[in-house]
Amino acid sequence: MNTNVKPVIDIRNLKVYFYVKAGTVKAVDGVTLAIEPGVKLGLVGESGSGKTTMALALMRMVRPPATIEGELFLDGVDILKLSEEEMRRVRLSELAMIPQGAMNSLNPVMRIRDQILDGMIDHGVRMSRSEANQKVEELLDIVELPKKVARMYPHELSGGMKQRVCVAIAISMRPKVLIADEPTSALDVVIQRQVMETITRLVKNLNLSMILIGHDMGLMAQSVDRIAVMYPGKLMEVGDVRDIFAEPLHPYTQALINSLPVLGKRGVFNGIPGVPPSVINPGPGCPFNDRCPKVIEGLCIQKMPPFREIKPGRWVACHLYEGVN
Amino acid sequence: MRLSYVIRRVFFVFMVIWTAATINFVLPRLTGRDPIKEQLMQQIASAGRKPEDAEQMWRKYNDLFGLDKPLWQQYLSYMSSVARLDFGYSINSYPRTVMEIIIARGRLTLPFLSVAIFIAFVTGILLGALLGWNKTPKWISAIVVPPLMVFSSVPQFLVALVLIYFVAFRAKLFPLGDPYPKTMIEDWSNPAFLAKYAYHAVLPILSVVIVEASGWALGMRAMMVTVEGEDYATFAEAKGLKNSRIFFRYLMRNALLPSLTGLALRLGFIITGAAVTETFFNYSGIGSTLSTAISTFDYFLLYGICLIMVVSIALATFIMDMIYPLLDPRIAYRGQRG
Ligand SMILES: Nc1ncnc2c1ncn2[C@@H]1O[C@H](COP(=O)(O)OP(=O)(O)OP(=O)(O)O)[C@@H](O)[C@H]1O
Ligand code: SF4
Ligand SMILES: [Mg+2]
Repeated sequence: MNTNVKPVIDIRNLKVYFYVKAGTVKAVDGVTLAIEPGVKLGLVGESGSGKTTMALALMRMVRPPATIEGELFLDGVDILKLSEEEMRRVRLSELAMIPQGAMNSLNPVMRIRDQILDGMIDHGVRMSRSEANQKVEELLDIVELPKKVARMYPHELSGGMKQRVCVAIAISMRPKVLIADEPTSALDVVIQRQVMETITRLVKNLNLSMILIGHDMGLMAQSVDRIAVMYPGKLMEVGDVRDIFAEPLHPYTQALINSLPVLGKRGVFNGIPGVPPSVINPGPGCPFNDRCPKVIEGLCIQKMPPFREIKPGRWVACHLYEGVN
Repeated sequence: MRLSYVIRRVFFVFMVIWTAATINFVLPRLTGRDPIKEQLMQQIASAGRKPEDAEQMWRKYNDLFGLDKPLWQQYLSYMSSVARLDFGYSINSYPRTVMEIIIARGRLTLPFLSVAIFIAFVTGILLGALLGWNKTPKWISAIVVPPLMVFSSVPQFLVALVLIYFVAFRAKLFPLGDPYPKTMIEDWSNPAFLAKYAYHAVLPILSVVIVEASGWALGMRAMMVTVEGEDYATFAEAKGLKNSRIFFRYLMRNALLPSLTGLALRLGFIITGAAVTETFFNYSGIGSTLSTAISTFDYFLLYGICLIMVVSIALATFIMDMIYPLLDPRIAYRGQRG
């Protein structure tokens, strides 16, 4: 990995806390992560580990009562410091997101055409009627949909088609970064693969950076360049996809990869013993300590391991790699 | 919208009205006795009416129900009267016909009530949408919502009484009651009369609006919160749309749909819905006429009003059925599939 390239996304010590009756939910608790231009990063983690919250924080769409702290640089600009209106303009034109559960991501009472165009219009794009029609056709074509879809309503489309429309909208202004939150989880396996192929092809052709969120390590492996492993509120390990699979360092990553069904040994799905820790009032030690097979008594219970870059491009938060450099 | 959908709806309206009219025809016959005849004779005797009156009412009565003819002929002639909106004479107010009475009374309440329902709906919906919007500061809801909850749950007569006492009796801003000054004659072509009617209608309208707008607002607020939780609301924000577009085109537009069904139902009851207001502001409208008809056993009038109610409910539903597919494309689609 070339470390001289300036990252397009540079997240520093990001903290997103929700305030609920039971206490403070530290959904994202000190995440540091950088993404270079054109890189596809997969963000994996069990349900509730804070993946969606991360995505929403990047879009600055976390709903109160919540606080966001830290720094979020997009191309060198800390977007946490932008005004509401400036941030609105960043959405779609620079940072685009396909939300989780995209089956219902389209307004049921608006035609597809209008839903493709309104984002551009609100970003000041001026088009004549015929230019607009042409733009809509072009975008539908890019995501492999027939142009008659423009006149349709969401309920007239299948799940895969709706998801393609969402992709068309997300790339309509050529953003720098595309955040896709489990974009295909609601679809069946065949459609999932087709839509995923379309997304990766577009990201490559348009040279976008992408954050692909999911919990399926297998699907991830085929679609991304780098993987970030999240465990409630924190990153455990980040590295190139090949390195991670070849030599997972963090015990949690190892458990995740071991839990994958192995080809030839069908039906073997180990799962990971234990449950993820509560993000309400977490203890002081490593969050994985109660499930970790390599736990170091004392140290791992009392002290949170720092998230460190142990070699270029490879980050780990684990006491086992304390001395390594 | 498909033609078949329209035809199906029109057919439905006719079925409803036909069923109601048939029930009107059948019910009195099921008792074995003839409550209408008994009541009629009693009324005529006690009111000391002229025998010619009784004679004419009898003829009309026989005409409507054709008691000497076979049942199917009775039914046919009854139905043809109903089709002409001819419900015969009022027993108590002979020689006025039922239709005359309904029109004369309805004219008093319908104008102010439709204005009141319209104002209540529009203000309630807008207020509710704003209160439910996540961009509205929380303290505004904290201040506005409790009074709305109170207003929407107190009986309407209480609101009417409070208005009458403070605004009319103490402050003397508006008249205590009556649809128009007692010294005036009802003349709907006279601008001075219209002005007086409007002036007298202010408090009755206010009493309806306060209660109903609060109800609409609370319902709309809840619906807005639901819609805001939908994925398309999240995506709309992620698209960097302007707040006004998200508010009107994405949130309010979708949150409004259930309320429109409610409005159709409300309009269906427009004729009877004013009973409370009519009583407290001393309007002799349809609502009070209906209760008089019940307490004095004026069957023809009662049947006439009931049937008109059914017709208005069926029509209001029909109109909404015609408009709804234009507002919610999913409905028309379901209709096409049958
Ligand atoms: N608005 C909120 N208020 C309170 N807690 C929240 C809120 N949003 C998320 N959380 C909590 O934050 C944690 C992380 O949630 P998040 O949705 O980010 O997880 P996720 O990794 O996306 O999970 P999944 O794979 O199920 O989508 C969870 O414990 C969740 O309950
Ligand atoms: S820090 Fe300790 S408990 Fe946590 S993963 Fe490493 S070895 Fe396991
Ligand atoms: Mg999620």
